[in-house]
Amino acid sequence: MKNLVKWFALACIVLTTPARAALDIVITEGVDQARPIAVVPFVWLGEGPAPASISDVVMSDLARSGTFKPLDTRALPQVNIHTARQFTADSWRNISADGLVVGSIKPYGAGQYLVSFELIDLVKAQLQAGKGPVAASELLLESRETVINANQFRQYGHRISDVVYEKLTGIRGAFLTRIAYVVVKQGQKSPYHLMIADYDGYNEQMLLRSPEPLMSPTWSPDGRRLAYVSFENRKAEIFVQDIYTQARVLVSSFDGINGAPSFSPDGKKLAITLSKDGQPEIYTIDIATKAIKRITDHYAIDTEPSWFPDGKSLLFTSERGGRPQLYRVSLETNKVSRMTFEGEWNLGGSITPDGRSMIFVNRTNGRFNIARMDLATRFMQVLSSTRLDESPSVAPNGTMVIYGTTHEGKQVLAAVSTDGRFKARLPVGQGEVKSPAWSPFL
Amino acid sequence: MDLNKLFKAMMVAVPLMALGACSSTSDSETDASGSTSGSSSSQYGNGGIETGGAGAVLSPAEQQRLKEQELRRQNIIYFDFDRSEVQTENAEILLAHGNYLVENPNVRVLIEGHADERGTPEYNIALGERRAKAIAKYLQGMGVQPSQMSVVSYGEEKPLDFSRSDSGFAKNRRGVLVY
Repeated sequence: MKNLVKWFALACIVLTTPARAALDIVITEGVDQARPIAVVPFVWLGEGPAPASISDVVMSDLARSGTFKPLDTRALPQVNIHTARQFTADSWRNISADGLVVGSIKPYGAGQYLVSFELIDLVKAQLQAGKGPVAASELLLESRETVINANQFRQYGHRISDVVYEKLTGIRGAFLTRIAYVVVKQGQKSPYHLMIADYDGYNEQMLLRSPEPLMSPTWSPDGRRLAYVSFENRKAEIFVQDIYTQARVLVSSFDGINGAPSFSPDGKKLAITLSKDGQPEIYTIDIATKAIKRITDHYAIDTEPSWFPDGKSLLFTSERGGRPQLYRVSLETNKVSRMTFEGEWNLGGSITPDGRSMIFVNRTNGRFNIARMDLATRFMQVLSSTRLDESPSVAPNGTMVIYGTTHEGKQVLAAVSTDGRFKARLPVGQGEVKSPAWSPFL
Repeated sequence: MDLNKLFKAMMVAVPLMALGACSSTSDSETDASGSTSGSSSSQYGNGGIETGGAGAVLSPAEQQRLKEQELRRQNIIYFDFDRSEVQTENAEILLAHGNYLVENPNVRVLIEGHADERGTPEYNIALGERRAKAIAKYLQGMGVQPSQMSVVSYGEEKPLDFSRSDSGFAKNRRGVLVY
């Protein structure tokens, strides 16, 4: 009987999932602390059925941010409104939410639509409700309208989310971004796939498929190119690929390891790991001229270089202290200083965009988790609680980390907020998913 | 290009021939040590005559060669967690490969280094390379020419065991000799 119930539950899941995208999110922790927000379904002002829903994108973006918890639309007191002028504060007096998003979609010539939205300050509206009538414009935190093409609904939804998020938090939204990752489908002739998708897993596209491993995708600062490692020639080589033109350039193919690429902030160089002289060392390579410059010189393993935002030094992993730890090397003086001392291992580090903290993989009591360290206070906090965590990549606004982990025996992607409160998993249909890289702002 | 293909084909064919030789020799060894009754050609029609045979008596050198042939079928060397030293229990296997490579200076071997899934992929690439190089250095110590050996690290990208258990990790921490 118990089994039957289980199977039924499983069947329900299977039957209801096909409509989902390749990478759908399961929020595992942190909903309680999220701030409520109301998003009224955008009103369609045309004939026939609406072409697409934008407010669904906005709601899921805000939920995925971990900062907001959109209210159930069925519980909203006014649902057919699309401007602040139609808003009546009295109807909303029992609703507790930071803001209210309303909007409309209107046909605008062939294949085009006029999308309008407004962000209403619900707290202000409620505070002033008893003090007589207030002009709608006084309650507006934001009001915009834009003409979009039929294929831009999701994209513009993310744009609206960016605006709403920034208005309410003061932090730039990172909803109009992408992720790159590697999918391995064992048993296929070419099991290794380099993929990109919108940050939420929609619009997944394959950039490369190979019979041999693909590793370490990383974005150029303009979000136009990816550097990655490919074993297609039976050795590790670094390629740079334009994601729009598909043009590929072989950048580094020395003897031994060519690995762990990381674009310089100006996009002209890569920091890489080469073992051509024996052991893995950090180098920089000019993408255009292929000129290399050796940065580290030690008999231990040096790898995983990553740039400080000012481009003047690199963070890297070294075993020179006996176990992998994070170090900083100045590109001007080649002077090396150790950054981490806590925990058994600390590796795979990167500096957050604000330059104030560092995200990396920490090993404590044999467990590998994602951690953050404040650079000024050296305070370290373990963020994740999943298994075999690796490859952390920080969102361009510094609020979230996407990383590779293991769930139910499979490699999957997960996300954790940089304060550790919000945790989510991004399950997949087929194959193992790993090496995520979050794009810059697009 | 064609020559290269031929060379690759030979690389496959040579070990296969060695395997074939191995299995047939071990049969004859059994014959030599066990009974000889199985070799009768016919019980009737030859005037009731039965013939028997004995396996060839192997010189110590031949026996050693056959033993090494057998050992060379083991082409995986396992490592401890985060370590790249060649363990002494692998000495016999590596001796077999080393002697073969010294006797056949035209044979080339690719040494793959692998790691388990713990740690980061990039660190594991470095670790895998160090393991492969430790094997290469060991063989070089036996007289194998560096030009006969090439090294590639796949880090944690090509696990043998996908269980992500301790025993699975142990199977994935390996060096592989590919002829």
